[in-house]
Amino acid sequence: MARNYSDFSDCNRVSKQVRHAILLMHAASGSSHIGSSLSVADILVALYLRILNITPSNLAAKNRDRLILSKGHAASALFACLAARGFIPKKTLGTYCMNGGILPGHSSFGCVSAVEITTGSLGHGLSVGAGMALAAKHDRLKHRVFVILSDGECQEGSVWEAAMFAGHHKMNNLVAIVDYNKLQAFGRIKEIMDLEPFAKKWQSFGWSTQEVDGHNFRQLLSSMNKLPFTKNKPSLIIAHTTKGKGVSFMEDQLAWHYKSPNQQQLNQAFFELGNL
Amino acid sequence: MRKAFIDSLIDSCRKNRNIFLLTADMGFSVFEGFQKQFPDRFYNMGVAEANMIGVAAGLALSGKKVIVYSIVPFVTMRCFEQVRNDICLQDLDVKIIGSGGGLCYGSAGPTHHSIEDIAIMRSLPNMVVLCPGDPLETKLCLRAAIENEGPVYIRLGKGKDEWVHESLGRFSLGKAITLSGGSDMAIIVTGNMLPVAKKARDIIASHNISARLISMPCVKPLDKDAIIKASKETKFIFTIEEHSLLGGLGSAVAEVLAENRSKAYFKRFALPDKYLKFVGSQEYLRGKLGLDDKSIARDILKIYKKEK
Repeated sequence: MARNYSDFSDCNRVSKQVRHAILLMHAASGSSHIGSSLSVADILVALYLRILNITPSNLAAKNRDRLILSKGHAASALFACLAARGFIPKKTLGTYCMNGGILPGHSSFGCVSAVEITTGSLGHGLSVGAGMALAAKHDRLKHRVFVILSDGECQEGSVWEAAMFAGHHKMNNLVAIVDYNKLQAFGRIKEIMDLEPFAKKWQSFGWSTQEVDGHNFRQLLSSMNKLPFTKNKPSLIIAHTTKGKGVSFMEDQLAWHYKSPNQQQLNQAFFELGNL
Repeated sequence: MRKAFIDSLIDSCRKNRNIFLLTADMGFSVFEGFQKQFPDRFYNMGVAEANMIGVAAGLALSGKKVIVYSIVPFVTMRCFEQVRNDICLQDLDVKIIGSGGGLCYGSAGPTHHSIEDIAIMRSLPNMVVLCPGDPLETKLCLRAAIENEGPVYIRLGKGKDEWVHESLGRFSLGKAITLSGGSDMAIIVTGNMLPVAKKARDIIASHNISARLISMPCVKPLDKDAIIKASKETKFIFTIEEHSLLGGLGSAVAEVLAENRSKAYFKRFALPDKYLKFVGSQEYLRGKLGLDDKSIARDILKIYKKEK
């Protein structure tokens, strides 16, 4: 796999393509959660381009990496990434949330082969990932399991059941990444139910943590290339992100948890993205 | 039933190295032997049922066959959405074992009574629902569940359940077990009420009434043919279960009868649609609620004499 620590032009290019696809999917279908997808997009791009040992041809392999998008409402970002990496034809993205379409608003098992499990109800992915990590340990396989959580999702008690389990069993093949954009469905996390001191909470559950700028490929990849952070612990990356990242009028705006762009807004967003 | 379950499971695990057993801190004095024999395939998941089901799904997605165990309400209702989203949506090879079905934990109070589980579990697409009636049915149900590659719920009784069957042939999912033939009425029973139903049937038979006794350990998929046949060959259909009147075996049988123009008289013997305000042993509660052999036989005889 590519291990170039100074040149991120491939990531930047795909990141733009993915954002472009996300905008189109939400504009065409009028569906919610575009802000969440733009928030997590760079994390997914970094993983699929440089980190994950998952390709369209090795999906059936037992020892490939696993990725669970536990924040299933950002499915459009996952589908856009999968299309960019050749897992699904780009034209399939046009069926996202459409009548009779195969790509749902929340990533669902079987909709395309690279989706590991159905998510959409928050608080499920980390336990499932822990089960996969446990199986890998038992079978002495070396692959890793990545689970992407939303920040609001960490208010679910089941996340902490899973965190406790993974910490207890020292699952150094399990990696959780929190897309920490500080906004949840009804407002600011800090005002609704604060997660802080967030890293300390995970550390006290037996995890090793790092904090990065979730839109900075240098930081994201530098962190992801050091996994596991500690020999006998599961790893957590707290990725500080901006909801709606990349489109000025969507950035850090709660309304874009729900709205989808009209033609004028779409044109403006494309203009801001620049040439693909 | 618990002993029959664990003996049978140990047997299966010797043959199949892919079977994992997860428990949510339940099974003291039941699982020690398993743990000793298969230490790397036994996990006490702690008091965390939601995580247990999610982990089971992750294991199953990695090619394992997973057995999860706790008391009925905790392993079905506490983690219901995990059962639905993590297991059933993916049609995964996970077997959910609930112990203490019905009023087994009668004196423990309503948190431990399981009166809604059959209704809830049978509403899930892909889920098979098994309620064995005695230790032998338990062994056969577990074997059938292990052979099956999708989600199965098995509702067990408690430690010392009566043996009803001396022997049974091969049991397959979706098939009823007819214990005795009869042409006047058919009594259909599921789960740990089997011994009670058998005794009630014997009382009824002593009045020179020909009562068919059908054990229905497999509530889903249901043996519709056996029900339709009984409704054509007898004039009365009675169902018996230790579960709420709503959504369990009685409801399932009613659905079949209603859609097949049955003219048979039909009545369900089940628990009332309410939480009990008193406690007591399983036997005591059955007596109070009219679910003991004598009360059931008396009620059936009364109906039979009035309606025949």
